[in-house]
Amino acid sequence: MSLHVPTMAEMMAAGKTPEVLFWVGCSGSFDERAKKITKALVKILNKTGVDFAVLGAEESCTGDPAKRAGNEFTFQMQAMMNIQVLNGYEVKKIVTACPHCFNTLKNEYPELGGDYEVIHHTQLIQELINQGKLALKDGATFKGKKITFHDPCYLGRANDVFEAPRSLIESLDAELVEMKRCKTKGLCCGAGGAQMFKEAEKGDKEINIERTEEALETNAEIIATGCPFCNTMMTDGVKNFEKENEIQVLDVAELIANAADL
Amino acid sequence: MISIIAFVVLLFVGFGFFGWNVFKVRSNILLGRDINRSDNKSQRWKIMTLVALGQKKMFTRPIPALLHLIIYAAFVITQIELIEIIIDGLTGSHRFFHESLGGFYTFMIGFIEVLSLLALVATFVFLVRRNLIYIPRFRMKEMNGWPKMDGNIILFMEIILVLCIFTMNGSDEARTVAQGGSSYGFVLSSRIAPLFQGLNVETLHTLERIGWWGHIFMVFAFMNYLPYSKHFHIFLAFPTTFYSNLWPKGRFNNMESVTNEVKLMMDPSADPFAAPPEGAPEPQRFGAKDVQDLTWKNLLDSYTCTECGRCTSSCPANMTGKLLSPRKIMMDTRDRLEEVGTNIRKHGKEFEDGKSLLGDYITEEELWACTSCNACVQECPVNIDPLSIIVDLRRFLVMEESKVPTELTGMLTNIENNGAPWQFSPADRLNWANEE
Repeated sequence: MSLHVPTMAEMMAAGKTPEVLFWVGCSGSFDERAKKITKALVKILNKTGVDFAVLGAEESCTGDPAKRAGNEFTFQMQAMMNIQVLNGYEVKKIVTACPHCFNTLKNEYPELGGDYEVIHHTQLIQELINQGKLALKDGATFKGKKITFHDPCYLGRANDVFEAPRSLIESLDAELVEMKRCKTKGLCCGAGGAQMFKEAEKGDKEINIERTEEALETNAEIIATGCPFCNTMMTDGVKNFEKENEIQVLDVAELIANAADL
Repeated sequence: MISIIAFVVLLFVGFGFFGWNVFKVRSNILLGRDINRSDNKSQRWKIMTLVALGQKKMFTRPIPALLHLIIYAAFVITQIELIEIIIDGLTGSHRFFHESLGGFYTFMIGFIEVLSLLALVATFVFLVRRNLIYIPRFRMKEMNGWPKMDGNIILFMEIILVLCIFTMNGSDEARTVAQGGSSYGFVLSSRIAPLFQGLNVETLHTLERIGWWGHIFMVFAFMNYLPYSKHFHIFLAFPTTFYSNLWPKGRFNNMESVTNEVKLMMDPSADPFAAPPEGAPEPQRFGAKDVQDLTWKNLLDSYTCTECGRCTSSCPANMTGKLLSPRKIMMDTRDRLEEVGTNIRKHGKEFEDGKSLLGDYITEEELWACTSCNACVQECPVNIDPLSIIVDLRRFLVMEESKVPTELTGMLTNIENNGAPWQFSPADRLNWANEE
């Protein structure tokens, strides 16, 4: 199935305004692993007929890592350029698969003139399932499988989204098993606050190893998450324990796309 | 008469010295930058009621929460008895409310006695937890020395206070009975009284006075110890929770000074050489180097921190052996603020001691270990926000000093040049849509 990915520019040229903008983000656009998540989400959007578009080459980093690193200048330059583009297309609603983009767009753009309804992709997918627009295949792929969910900090603690990804996992007929630290007490994967782009400071352990150990303790076959950075960190963690053949690290969108046979 | 005069002096010195110290703490806190936290009053009252008064966030760890609640309840309820002690002290009366309140008086004092006994037990358990059992958050290196002693001093003071209450009530009961009067009937002291059997009335009276004076003296000693101690949280937890951050935790504040500059940069008609308008405030430094660059809320937080270490024990950087400890960030902020405040009072507002919070107290390595995950903010039972201090210190490092870890310099350059933290061409952003 080929993907149908209209851009805002194409839509505008055709005199159309899509309902929702899919903010792909830098990981979702460039990272080999994260691109698969992007495509899984697009398959869901295509299947359910969501009227969406992307910015394509007009999209630029939200500025999140710059802001967390303390460089407010770079952040605000990025934010203001993006806001000009978004407001130019009269964007009202944004969906994104990256909690860092989600947090920045939702919480930090309004003060700079960018006011949008911003939702995480797990929230959108939940909505689609609730509306009956997306049916999961019978005898689903994940029936009875143990799946644990790793809360991305910028989705959970930072923005109180805990239930949408969990209810999606439960809709798979899978067994959702929680880690020792979960929801508000969830442990970071180690990539937030611009750590993704640097070596960790000196210590006796990597944070993603600590987190992966917790995930392994649950005996889950799948570690689900909702963030491209968490995905990288957990995938590396699983490899570190040489468990990559037994345990998969998947985004919730991939689980759903899989279960819906997309 | 002499005892009344002595009491009045104690009252004046006790409240006066406390007032002076509170004034000093307040003026230290007001050295911080302004931040508006006066919105949403009703929501703020609600948070304060739940979190400070109701100790809602304590109950994620039930055992210490229960022990803490007992001491807290005993502390609050005992204040009622203090009213009588002050009246007795000023008028020379003995148990001023005994006659007029009757059975209710017996009940209240008995209730205070039961709570005091429970508090005594809780205090012992706390001493054991701090000194005998190995609880990691009490043994971290920032707790060595004074902080550890501070915790123990408070617990010992509480023990003395409770012992005074029982000496006072027990000997008073024994004296009344020995003089042929009827028992007060307080639930615990009537059972303690037999311990004092055989002592003459004179001795019993002296013991009762020792208990009474010891109690009121400890109350004032305790109160005046607070401004020097982590224990100040018993008062400051209220304003700290009232002025909580109401935004989603992921939202970092917008730096308006930067917004103005960025707008200027993006406005083609702006005159880059224009003089600032008449009366414009002096430009502030970007981010924070020292305590005065933080907000008054950050500084209030630092005085409120009771060093429980829940933040540090949940910090992913700390638990994997990195130098960062959110508790230490708060303790350093308070220690430096005390130093700056003292300097200003001694040498005037312009005095520079050549030191700063960043560098002399908090190192770059600590700051760069933070993942901004908000676990510390979530854990704090009184809504203290160590993360906002970390971020402001980072901002100073990056924007004023250009001290950025090498890899992050690359990331920032990439964002500026390519619109992504990695070196990809913006033109390739949509390539994924056509890849298999």
